[in-house]
Amino acid sequence: MPERFDAIVVGAGPAGNAAALTLAEAGVSVLLLERGEYPGSKNVQGAIMYADQLQALIPDFRDDAPLERHIVEQRIWMLDDSAHVGTHYRSDGFNEELPNRYTIIRAQFDKWFAKKVQAAGALLICETTVTELLKDGDRVVGVRTDRAGGDIHADVVILADGVNALVAQRSGLRDELKPDNVALAVKEMHFLPEEVIQQRFNIGENEGVVIEAAGTITDGMLGTGFIYTNRESLSVGIGCLVSDFAASKTRPYDLLERFKQHPSIRPLLAGSEVKEYAAHLIPEGGYRAVPKVFGDGWLMAGDAGQFVNSLHREGSNMAMTTGRIAAETVIDLKREGKPMNGRNLSLYRKRLEDSYVMKDLRKYRDLPQVLHRNKQFVTTYPKLLAGAADTWFRVDGVDKRSKERQIVRSFLKGRSLRGLVGDALRLARAVR
Amino acid sequence: MHIVVCIKQVPDSAQIRIHPVTNTIMRQGVPTIINPFDLFALEEALALRDRFGGTVTVITMGPPMADAALRKALSFGADRAILLTDRLFAGSDTLATSYVLSSAIARIGQETPVDMVFTGKQTIDGDTAQVGPGIAVRLGLNQLTYVERIVELDPSLRRIVVHRRAEGGVQVLETRLPCLITMLEGTNHIRFAGMDDMFRAARAEIATWGAAEAGVDEPGRCGLRGSPTVVKKVFAPTPRTEKATPIETSGKSPQEIADAAIDVIFAAKPSLRSEMAGRRQAG
Repeated sequence: MPERFDAIVVGAGPAGNAAALTLAEAGVSVLLLERGEYPGSKNVQGAIMYADQLQALIPDFRDDAPLERHIVEQRIWMLDDSAHVGTHYRSDGFNEELPNRYTIIRAQFDKWFAKKVQAAGALLICETTVTELLKDGDRVVGVRTDRAGGDIHADVVILADGVNALVAQRSGLRDELKPDNVALAVKEMHFLPEEVIQQRFNIGENEGVVIEAAGTITDGMLGTGFIYTNRESLSVGIGCLVSDFAASKTRPYDLLERFKQHPSIRPLLAGSEVKEYAAHLIPEGGYRAVPKVFGDGWLMAGDAGQFVNSLHREGSNMAMTTGRIAAETVIDLKREGKPMNGRNLSLYRKRLEDSYVMKDLRKYRDLPQVLHRNKQFVTTYPKLLAGAADTWFRVDGVDKRSKERQIVRSFLKGRSLRGLVGDALRLARAVR
Repeated sequence: MHIVVCIKQVPDSAQIRIHPVTNTIMRQGVPTIINPFDLFALEEALALRDRFGGTVTVITMGPPMADAALRKALSFGADRAILLTDRLFAGSDTLATSYVLSSAIARIGQETPVDMVFTGKQTIDGDTAQVGPGIAVRLGLNQLTYVERIVELDPSLRRIVVHRRAEGGVQVLETRLPCLITMLEGTNHIRFAGMDDMFRAARAEIATWGAAEAGVDEPGRCGLRGSPTVVKKVFAPTPRTEKATPIETSGKSPQEIADAAIDVIFAAKPSLRSEMAGRRQAG
């Protein structure tokens, strides 16, 4: 007799864990399948976790979740080859009782999350890969795994198997990723003593800093670099669109090496010991890249559905939200005794449209294309800004009015008036 | 056939880091695994059960979190798992550990007699290879260590023949059941279990035995009190600071490079020249 569940969730990351937790808490019988040795073992993200959506699932998560530091300061830097111009926002208000953002290490976080899911009553099975979906005609009726006797049946399958969405791809539910819809990020973990990190970043014991950097460091490609402070390590990385990497033939590790050598970055890493090197894909196609996320007997959540807001670096919160909404849709249909067909499950997509997930993705729907076609935002402008700052702050006997004129001239020369106005309009339209 | 396999949950040594500043082992966040040597013991036991029928009982002594190792053993196909956990056991060295394990195996044998006990060659965190033989001695089992192959097994005649890897060769040993085998690495490959074993393991309630259930009647012989071994100091070896010196050669032929290298070696250790010359004459 093959095993049978109300729901099977594929993948124990933030989306899958959120879905399985929500289902289990509602008394729905749920199997959570993970191909890694344990949840998180396949994950390399040294990451920012936004508390809000996790809190909606596990209100007291702060009691025992493996959190590194809460963020008290956000730095956004524009880098040219030797300088950076930036804004910092730091507030003691972020030292609130229930902080809003944390650095986490996903390998530990996902493991902890899955324990909560098990405690809620879901069955977790690891080291088991879903190879394809079982179908009855067009209707998904379960999964086939790579183990002997591996067919498992369910009324609905929630696909939360990450950016590559291999299960959906193999079953013809989703196309292969397009190179201009996905970024490749490379990252290193740099270990430093806790006290050194705190001194170097001017922070207290549990406080953390996030640095996000754009500019000439990406060699004309669309992308950003980052540094996150963990308790005893720094996550240092850089990511660009796969299509840009392919066109420029730049090697990702060369790019990271150069980022680390930048005079604004190098002192922050001095004396550290690199213990991990990792690379991962991030879906960055935005609203227009979101595939069909529901059908007869199946739903898709998290990175598999391309739910990432690349401008605001939000992904795992959207994964948790989409996982939770997928589960709630299943729970409601089950309660009303309705079949899990595509027409009924389309409620999931409707609910996503009403949530911040699709509202935010829709707001920035043109941004990927605009940035893609206008590389001056990561090439010309960082240089102009750094040059302007240099002119303005250097005291050299030149009067301020002349300096102002010099800066304006540099911008007109670099981008022309028409270019400047056009860029402003393009950017404004893309993010409005 | 009733086979007991002793396993240990150990930190994944491949992922242990030494703190760059304090030189201490950083255990935080290091995943735990079944001692890799124990998997060869487990697979051998499962294969025998598949061939001759019977049951495989897996036991481990450790903190409550060690139940993950047992659950994993169940997912490979073991029939039953028992976790030996008690505050009294904490801090046990190999002497105390073999006392606790042998007490528990004796207790298990009261329900169903035990024909064979398997352990790994040694653990990757202690590296002593003492616990297996310790159990055999306490239970009066015939002891077969460093076994690379079970050549013959006749459960009705209770006769077993194995190949034992020894220095300079392979010993062919024959003995009678009940026996204890410590299995050498590389002798088999742990199976990829079927889905039914995965479900059984995921749903299993792992039996937990404290000192009383494990038949430990002398608490003074386990835990720190029962452990004469004392770890006095842990340190990371300091890397040597000697720098490599490039050797100048006059030519590029292998002969010239070899001559130059030998000259440098002899210059550093002049006694070697006469030794080598003497040996050459003798040879």
